[in-house]
Amino acid sequence: MSITFNSFVQIALFLALVLALTKPLGLYMTKVFNGERTWLSPVFAPLERFLYRACGIDPAREQRWTGYVIAMLVFNLAGMLLLYGLERTQQWLPLNPQHLGPVEPQLAFNTAASFTTNTNWQNYAGEQTMSYLTQMAGLTYHNFISAATGMALAVALVRGLARHSAEHLGNFWVDLTRATLYILLPICLVGALVLVSQGVVQNFNPYTVVHTLDGGLQVIAQGPVASQEIIKELGTNGGGFFNANSAHPYENPTALTNLIEMLAIISIGAGMFYMFGRMVGNTRQGWALWAAAAILFVLGLAVALPAEQGGNPLLAHLGVNQQASALQPGGNMEGKEVRFGITDSVLFTVTTTATSCGAVNSFLDSYTPLGGLVPLANIALGEVIFGGVGSGLYGMLMFAILTVFIAGLMVGRTPEYLGKKIERKEVMMAALALLISPATVLGFAAVASVLPQGLASLTTNTGPHGLSEILYLYTSSNGNNGSAFAGLAGNTPFYNWTGALAMLIGRFAFLIPILAFGGSLVGKRVVPAGPGTFPTTGPLFVSLLVGVILIVGALTYFPAYALGPIVEHLLMLAGRTF
Amino acid sequence: MSSHTLEVRPWKTRRKGAVSSFDPQIVRQALLDAFRKLDPRWQIKNPVMFVVEVGSVITTIEFVRLLLTAPGPAFPVTRLHNETLFVLAVSLWLWFTVLFANFAEAMAEGRGKAQAETLRRARTTTMAKRLRRPERSAPWEEVPAPALRKGDYVLVEAGDVIPGDGEVIEGVAAVDESAITGESAPVIRESGGDRSAVTGGTRVLSDWIIVRIGANPGETFLDRMIALVEGAQRQKTPNEIALNILLASLTIIFLLVVVSLEPFAIYSGSPVSITTLIALLVCLIPTTIGGLLSAIGIAGMDRLVQRNVLAMSGRAVEAAGDIDVLLLDKTGTITLGNRQATRFLPLPGIDEQALAQAALLASLADETPEGRSIVALARERFAIGEEVSLQQQASRFVPFSAMTRMSGLDVLADADGQAASARGEEEAAPPVRTIRKGAAEAIIAYVHEHGGDNTHGELLQRTVDEIARAGSTPLVVAETWRTGQDHQEQARVLGVIELKDIVKGGMRERFEQLRRMGIRTIMITGDNPLTAAAIAREAGVDDFLAQATPETKLKLIREQQAGGRMVAMTGDGTNDAPALAQADVGVAMNSGTQAAKEAANMIDLDSNPTKLIEIVEIGKQLLITRGALTTFSIANDVAKYFAIIPAAFSTTYPQLNALNIMGLATPHSAVLSAVIFNALIIIALIPLALRGVKYRPIGAGPLLRRNLLIYGLGGIVAPFVGIKLIDLLLSLLHLTL
Repeated sequence: MSITFNSFVQIALFLALVLALTKPLGLYMTKVFNGERTWLSPVFAPLERFLYRACGIDPAREQRWTGYVIAMLVFNLAGMLLLYGLERTQQWLPLNPQHLGPVEPQLAFNTAASFTTNTNWQNYAGEQTMSYLTQMAGLTYHNFISAATGMALAVALVRGLARHSAEHLGNFWVDLTRATLYILLPICLVGALVLVSQGVVQNFNPYTVVHTLDGGLQVIAQGPVASQEIIKELGTNGGGFFNANSAHPYENPTALTNLIEMLAIISIGAGMFYMFGRMVGNTRQGWALWAAAAILFVLGLAVALPAEQGGNPLLAHLGVNQQASALQPGGNMEGKEVRFGITDSVLFTVTTTATSCGAVNSFLDSYTPLGGLVPLANIALGEVIFGGVGSGLYGMLMFAILTVFIAGLMVGRTPEYLGKKIERKEVMMAALALLISPATVLGFAAVASVLPQGLASLTTNTGPHGLSEILYLYTSSNGNNGSAFAGLAGNTPFYNWTGALAMLIGRFAFLIPILAFGGSLVGKRVVPAGPGTFPTTGPLFVSLLVGVILIVGALTYFPAYALGPIVEHLLMLAGRTF
Repeated sequence: MSSHTLEVRPWKTRRKGAVSSFDPQIVRQALLDAFRKLDPRWQIKNPVMFVVEVGSVITTIEFVRLLLTAPGPAFPVTRLHNETLFVLAVSLWLWFTVLFANFAEAMAEGRGKAQAETLRRARTTTMAKRLRRPERSAPWEEVPAPALRKGDYVLVEAGDVIPGDGEVIEGVAAVDESAITGESAPVIRESGGDRSAVTGGTRVLSDWIIVRIGANPGETFLDRMIALVEGAQRQKTPNEIALNILLASLTIIFLLVVVSLEPFAIYSGSPVSITTLIALLVCLIPTTIGGLLSAIGIAGMDRLVQRNVLAMSGRAVEAAGDIDVLLLDKTGTITLGNRQATRFLPLPGIDEQALAQAALLASLADETPEGRSIVALARERFAIGEEVSLQQQASRFVPFSAMTRMSGLDVLADADGQAASARGEEEAAPPVRTIRKGAAEAIIAYVHEHGGDNTHGELLQRTVDEIARAGSTPLVVAETWRTGQDHQEQARVLGVIELKDIVKGGMRERFEQLRRMGIRTIMITGDNPLTAAAIAREAGVDDFLAQATPETKLKLIREQQAGGRMVAMTGDGTNDAPALAQADVGVAMNSGTQAAKEAANMIDLDSNPTKLIEIVEIGKQLLITRGALTTFSIANDVAKYFAIIPAAFSTTYPQLNALNIMGLATPHSAVLSAVIFNALIIIALIPLALRGVKYRPIGAGPLLRRNLLIYGLGGIVAPFVGIKLIDLLLSLLHLTL
């Protein structure tokens, strides 16, 4: 079980870097979304103006929540159709040196839904399915705009909280454009180059065929990897260029790229918490949410890391040495890359599931039951631990509202958050948002666990581990995460359709109540805070918020998890595997 | 100065004959009503408890099915027997759960009905003397009170019961309002001014009045109040609706959890029995708060009635909890309506005791509160005993008149009584000594007139100004006496008495408390800004509105509301009506005018302006009780999972018994214990729901920490203990099945 000193140092360094990045990024994003000038304006402002002119957008005209939602839905639907079309016609289009054929219709639909919703669930192996053009113009394009969509929506909600006695939440087109131009593109340009310097490939070459030392032939896939890799993390998308995702040496070759990728996954989410505080005029509000997220992050690590480092007791009985030493990382190394070891694998996994990223550098199906429970629970809690770009913030804000409503009554006032009274309409919207995930995840998983179409895909595992795989699929889809318990064969009509539905519901059905909520708040007056006001900063609120997130999550998923990872863990201790 | 602050009467004025919490008669009626409310058409109004009722029905059917099942190889006799008993037990406890919740609501309603009954007694049908014209001499006809319509004129004479709410348009009468207020002392009601409103059901004790009826039958305050406390027309308040939405969505989530559990169970090897699933569902959905929510609301309204406040809507009670700003009238609320002597300020060369003595003499026969306070101060400061009063025998009191603007005393003889008796002509002889107290200008003029000069005129003027600036009233004291053989008259100013607006005892602490509650107090007064500022400072209010007019009051309320604040105020005059209507919580004094009462959303029968503070506390208590029980209810679920999940899968996965951290005896007893706990906790919390969680004015942070500890942490821990105890008891009684 011994967690090495090295582990602590790495984790502490990572958290320190996240903390250090939060404020500068948050400040910069505040400027970008407030429409202020930034140091990149000289470069991008003319381009921005040109784009508005070309598309006939009046950047000064703001939208009500309904206009904002419609713009977002129409834009995403169009993008989804384009991606579907591209997948189906890639065989006729350029940049296809491997002459890959069209993507199967169901798989194409699943993938289009997956990338539009920022999920990046992959029922395919990238190097065997997608042409370079599809990867770049289809998938990478969606990596950018699905991230920008999430950021735009979060900003719209924050405006709902920050403004008062108003009706507009901003202009979707402007928020989308500025998020892409000023935030995602510049970071990606620099990040991609750094990745290339570490050995990530970026070319249009046909796949390389090499003669191996033992005389065999090996095909090594190539492609424009670096440009897709960086936005895969930065936009919390997670869809790998290659099937092996960030475990592949061309995607994530070194410990340094591993660190860069983890930071890219989490830092925009963390920065947006600060931006929220800044926009509502009290940075402590943002830091309170940040602290709650950080506590949940560390809690997840505290369960998963010992579980993985502790290794498998069944192997220990067989005399396998799972102790960490100078020569080996020890612990449960099945499905993990030797160049990352236990700590960097678990840290990456917790990071990728705390957010809605879903990129992986190790394989979750091979984790110990408790080690696998953490990513599952992280996603099920709503990916509010800094979360996906934008989605983490609005998810966390929903929990804050819920916390304020349940406990806020106990100070003897109508609950209010940031001076806005939380009344019937707001509770209705928050309750709707709260309902969507359990309904989707438990509903689809229940169906899949008894229907032959669902059970047929459990090719490698049955029993509790099989149930975990089913639960993980829908949890990850609905949470727009995209990581997988890979034991389940997902590319079947049943899972392609239900998975796509779960992704679309998890993204868009969730967003509508969120924005309706923002639209309802923006018109409210602000009640000035006083000694009688429920304090939403400070340790009391932070621990309450953490408690509400954990209890709501536990109450919703405990029975299902008891029959999945929890009983699997107990059975493993008793000597049984699946 | 503390000895001068008078004790204010305690705030907690309970209604006479207030209904006790558990009157056997109410309990009996509530038990009956609990069954009556099982009617699904009624039960569906409470979705949480409706789900429990459906569960009860299903488990009852399941019980009947098992009864009809013959034992077979798959179901041996003992197992079938145990299973049947188990289903019966669960089913019964589920029915109890619904009944307990219904009982809680019926109890609250019953108490309200009892309150309404006392109110209704005041509404006995009386005969009214309806006048043709609004004149005393006009002919009248006798009609039953319910036949009166708005705008009718009635004559009410000594001994008559006032037939309806209305306004006195002619006459003065002493009215016994004890039927409404519980206060036995009669009050004066007269036409014009702010004491013109009368309430139906009260009795005229003396004289006569002509009343213009102000409300049609069924629309009087009494009628509206009776309907409200009975809960008949109870409309859910905004926060209650919001909370109901949350509870309904939690219920849906748990429904999803339980419904999806069955496929997972089938996947895992064997299905879970419908009884266990329903037991799990009922334990998870927020039955505790769901069952008590309406009782909390009704009880909150009831608490107001017990404090003699009639609220016109539940919404107003809830709004009271949200109040940010309290507008309080200075006179009668913050200060004791009368000015009190607080200091003697002698001029140079005058002994303070001499001044006090002179003031005392001048005030001995002065029965005004100011006069009495001067006597009290002089006696206290210089221990001047009763013997001084003897001097009165040879003296004559000069009462205050608007002409002279002073009052005082003429001493007709020396202390030994010689002067007067020697001459034997008391009436005609000029007084030996005169003492006058009054407004500065009047006294100075008096001194001049009697041959004195204003030696310290400048100092006197400065003192007088200073006192006025401090918010007090200066009263100058002077004396004249005769000296020498020729009885040459001399006069001089002795000094100044400071009469102060006395802030009621405990007000500063009260405002401090309000501040900790997050409520700002603004004092409303007709005084000039200087005086107002001084009193505001002394009373410890946060702000003041001086030289207030109805318009400035209204403007102040609108400004506060524009800033997002909720405003409460009290008022009684017709000119208060617009402000009362504009305020979020407007409390009219029962002694006030009809217009004020109609504009307000609450009426204080005691006409006690400080009642507003209590009203705010009741509003807060209402919200806190809801929040506390919601938190408790949700926190309870954690333990129930640990009881039921291992039990439900005891055959599929015996390893899950590791989660049975309470060490419950058998799967059946685990499920049953959880269900029983879930039902009993509703009963256990009924008193809390009716009484309300105590509100402490300690600021939101500490209050939250405290309540979270009790209801959050307590809510997690309590069921672990409770379920374990019930399980132990079941084991002891060999009922573990």
